[in-house]
Amino acid sequence: MGLVLRFGRPVDPALLDPARRPHWVIGVAESAIGDIPRISTEWTSADRIGEIRSRVSAYRMKYSVPPGIYAVGEPDADSDVLVSANYKLSFDKLRKSLAGMNVWVLVLDTKGINVWCAAGKGTFGTDELVDRIQRTRLDQVVRHRRLIVPQLCAPGVNARAVRERSGFRVYFGPVHASDIPEYMAAKYRATKQMRTVRFSMLDRMVLTPMEINPAMKQYYPWYALAVLLIFGLQPSGILFRDALEGGLPFLAMGVVAVMAGAFLTPVLLPFVPFRSFALKGWIVGFISVYLAVHYFRWVEINDVILLAMTYIFFPLMASYIALQFTGSTTYTGMSGVKKELRYGLPVYITGAAVSIILCIIYKLGEWGAV
Amino acid sequence: MKYLANVTTLEFDPEKCTGCGRCVEVCPHAVFEMRERKARITDRDLCMECGACANNCESGAIRVDSGVGCAAAIINSMLYGGEPSCDCTGSDSSGTCC
Repeated sequence: MGLVLRFGRPVDPALLDPARRPHWVIGVAESAIGDIPRISTEWTSADRIGEIRSRVSAYRMKYSVPPGIYAVGEPDADSDVLVSANYKLSFDKLRKSLAGMNVWVLVLDTKGINVWCAAGKGTFGTDELVDRIQRTRLDQVVRHRRLIVPQLCAPGVNARAVRERSGFRVYFGPVHASDIPEYMAAKYRATKQMRTVRFSMLDRMVLTPMEINPAMKQYYPWYALAVLLIFGLQPSGILFRDALEGGLPFLAMGVVAVMAGAFLTPVLLPFVPFRSFALKGWIVGFISVYLAVHYFRWVEINDVILLAMTYIFFPLMASYIALQFTGSTTYTGMSGVKKELRYGLPVYITGAAVSIILCIIYKLGEWGAV
Repeated sequence: MKYLANVTTLEFDPEKCTGCGRCVEVCPHAVFEMRERKARITDRDLCMECGACANNCESGAIRVDSGVGCAAAIINSMLYGGEPSCDCTGSDSSGTCC
């Protein structure tokens, strides 16, 4: 600690240099420890594009801001301190909600991860908060000893321990940064509404690209390869025409199952019966298979063995993919997911095995061996 | 929205509760409320085992096996051992993580 206090630089000079600073730093604010970067409360098109990219791709993994202390407006030694994660989207949502205020923002090093997930991992935790307070010399920047932290950091931040170790008293602010002005105006009192996490259809919809994207990029190519091999395989070798003709309906069904599990189930979540994600996904998958094959007739599967395989395999595939959405929800707990997997995994494995056996029987029939 | 019934590991001991109210403050699903200067559980099935309450309970009245409610994380921990965590940052660079 002494080492950091004596030799550590509380503010990165690059953030103060107009030639090198990022676009969201718009100047400097004075404090007892010297200049502190002042940040904008407005978003530019770069911020908006950044949000979209981080919501649809792995871009989010490197979407971060430097940890440290920042100023909004003209804060002084009595101004409030708001704490944030260094995932840029979390930081952007916070600064956007601080328009017209004079406050300090303390950004923790959460390895570029959002508040809630970082709190679960412990990176948005007591240790990092206490350490960041010391490194930024916050006790000299402000005279008071109050910190407003986002409520969702509570799995990682122990308010009492922070007070004992740093002298700062922790106030749990609202879940959403957009409620901060109202929370401050109400003298640091959050309503029950501000304290509760919701999961609206729009909330769920924006999460689906990151369900569809990995399923299609990581798993679908292998699935497609297996389908083409199965249908292309003939006693005379692998025939490309057979692979395409026979395999195409199943390549299409694969997409149907991914969409059922990764898009339809999350979006329709509360309207699909049962609480289990595996069951919800299976139901949506089964209906999707029925619609694709029998109602819209997008794909034609005439062989009875392949039809049986279709109804066994694809609803289970949708179910498995829907179960992955538990990682993105705001309300599923570990014990529940473990229970689902305990019952689900044997069913998935059996279903996959039966599907493979049905494929073998079909191939043997096709080759005239049966 | 509620997840599976009767699975949460949340345990609350009213005897130990000092009524500080931190649990009511930090729970994102309003699992706790204050009644006669003590905390009380409203609906256990709303609990998602995030651990915020137990971490901030000043009298040790709350216990919960907290962890990530994420199928991918739990399957990974089954395959490769260790506690389920949302560290999908290793070899798998998909960035699907929360």
